[in-house]
Amino acid sequence: MNAEMILFSIFGAISLIGAIAVISFRHPIYSALSLIVTFFSQAGLFVILGAHFVAAVQVIVYAGAIMVLFLFVIMLLNLGTLSARGALTGKLKGVAIVFAILLAIQGVYIAVNALKNTAVATAETSAEPITTYRIGELLFTKYLLPFEVASLILLAALIGVIVLVKREGQTES
Amino acid sequence: MEIHLVEDIIIPVVKILFIAHLLIIGVMAMIWSERRVSGWIQDRLGPNRVGPQGLLQPIADGIKFLFKEDLIPNHVDKPLYVLAPAMLLIPAMIAIAVVPFGSSITIAGIDEPIPLQIADINIGILYILAITSLGVYGVVIGAWASNNKYSLLGGLRSSAQMISYELTLGLAIIGVLMLTELPNEILTKLGDDEVNPLSLKHIAYSQGVHSWNIFVHFPAFLAFTTAIFAETNRLPFDLAEAEQELVAGYHTEYSSMKFAIFFMAEYMNMIVGSAVVVTLFLGGWHFFGLENVGGPFWSGVISFAIFFVKTGIFLFVFIWVRWSLPRFRYDQLMNFGWKFLLPVALTSIVVTGTLWIMTNGNRLWIGIGNVVAAFIVVAVVAGLLALDNNSKSEKQNTPAAAPLRGLDAIE
Repeated sequence: MNAEMILFSIFGAISLIGAIAVISFRHPIYSALSLIVTFFSQAGLFVILGAHFVAAVQVIVYAGAIMVLFLFVIMLLNLGTLSARGALTGKLKGVAIVFAILLAIQGVYIAVNALKNTAVATAETSAEPITTYRIGELLFTKYLLPFEVASLILLAALIGVIVLVKREGQTES
Repeated sequence: MEIHLVEDIIIPVVKILFIAHLLIIGVMAMIWSERRVSGWIQDRLGPNRVGPQGLLQPIADGIKFLFKEDLIPNHVDKPLYVLAPAMLLIPAMIAIAVVPFGSSITIAGIDEPIPLQIADINIGILYILAITSLGVYGVVIGAWASNNKYSLLGGLRSSAQMISYELTLGLAIIGVLMLTELPNEILTKLGDDEVNPLSLKHIAYSQGVHSWNIFVHFPAFLAFTTAIFAETNRLPFDLAEAEQELVAGYHTEYSSMKFAIFFMAEYMNMIVGSAVVVTLFLGGWHFFGLENVGGPFWSGVISFAIFFVKTGIFLFVFIWVRWSLPRFRYDQLMNFGWKFLLPVALTSIVVTGTLWIMTNGNRLWIGIGNVVAAFIVVAVVAGLLALDNNSKSEKQNTPAAAPLRGLDAIE
């Protein structure tokens, strides 16, 4: 067992525990905090894969910014704890069961494949760290069109938010 | 992979212990100097009873905090209430890991020169941004867990402020990253293949070869410094704990050592922020060739001393500004961050990039262009805001504007 394997086990375990905690906690604040733990340990997994930039972005964007806004909303709305029953009723229960079965099949499929073919993981981890220089180069050459399309979509979303928030005729107070 | 006892274990551990203790001693020094310098600025003495010049005052404070009753109010959310101070302190401590605190040092008995930096990871500056962005959780969670309206208001203010100013923090450094260049002989000396502008070590070495970044990116430096003040919740941006409005803000319900940990984290954030500003803009450990004086051992020591002094001077500026500028109002804070700092940071990126191509990387022209462009942007924004205000006050008499107009009439 090498160092990478040990680190992978630690971060993998933490992210799984965090993910389970997200859906087990009754209180939304605790759920949000567990989600942050999961994001953070996933950043650790990215570092093991040599994708340092992705790890940093994961922490900055998801753990650092988006989840702060989640917490913000939960705190401002002052959501209470969920009651034990009543959250899943009728049709929702059926949908949940279908998705759980699909997820279980997917998990088994991945596990079986991983046991059959262990070479994939070792080949990936031994790769050189992906530098930001390389990412930038790829974004502006090979993936220029998807990159620009993504930025257009984000811009549209940004303008949409401003239009929605700023009602007509309203000036800044 | 072979592991060497000295190179791979003892040296990193010594470096980590050295920096961690330096941080804690730095916090104590900051507590002492904040009170003494405040006294000096206000023309009074400040604490001078415990030890010579009151130097042992922080230790007395620490003992007092440790022996006070560790009170947990009944109405708090206990697990998060206990966790919050640690969530603020730990990011403050580990962010320093990538900051180079000197060039390199050669010690007898060890072949390779030892770089004075705990870890040179290839995302350097992004790591600092990521870790400092986590610091906001300590504030928000502590505020919420306290179950107190003043705490919650302080926490909300602080998180909104930190998110707004983080953008400026990130954008202001891009110009610096663009102009990070190293000649080949330094690269081979460092053992790297290519320049990595995200690495703080390369940024620092680049400023030794070329000029300090403050001369090239002066507007970005101002924007970055202001954002650091806001990120550390220091005056004039300390709305999160505005005493006159919120008792003590997010740590109202905290007492004894838990309160002290919040306090320590704030000072550690200041120290780390100063160290980052010194590395990015003020030349790191360089001081006009002084860092090369002496042999391979003494030049390392001198480079560390230069870095230490620069960080200390910048920390003094923190205290100085605290007693020079009054606190911003909340809307002023947001306006300032979004309408002035952010455009200045964005302009510095555009101008630096454009002039770098146009003048073939002439740093003098880039420096001049940056300052001129920043002036133009600030003037345009201020003009637009003034026009907007004029048209608004003609249209309606807002309740907020009325008392001000009354004051004008009295004058």
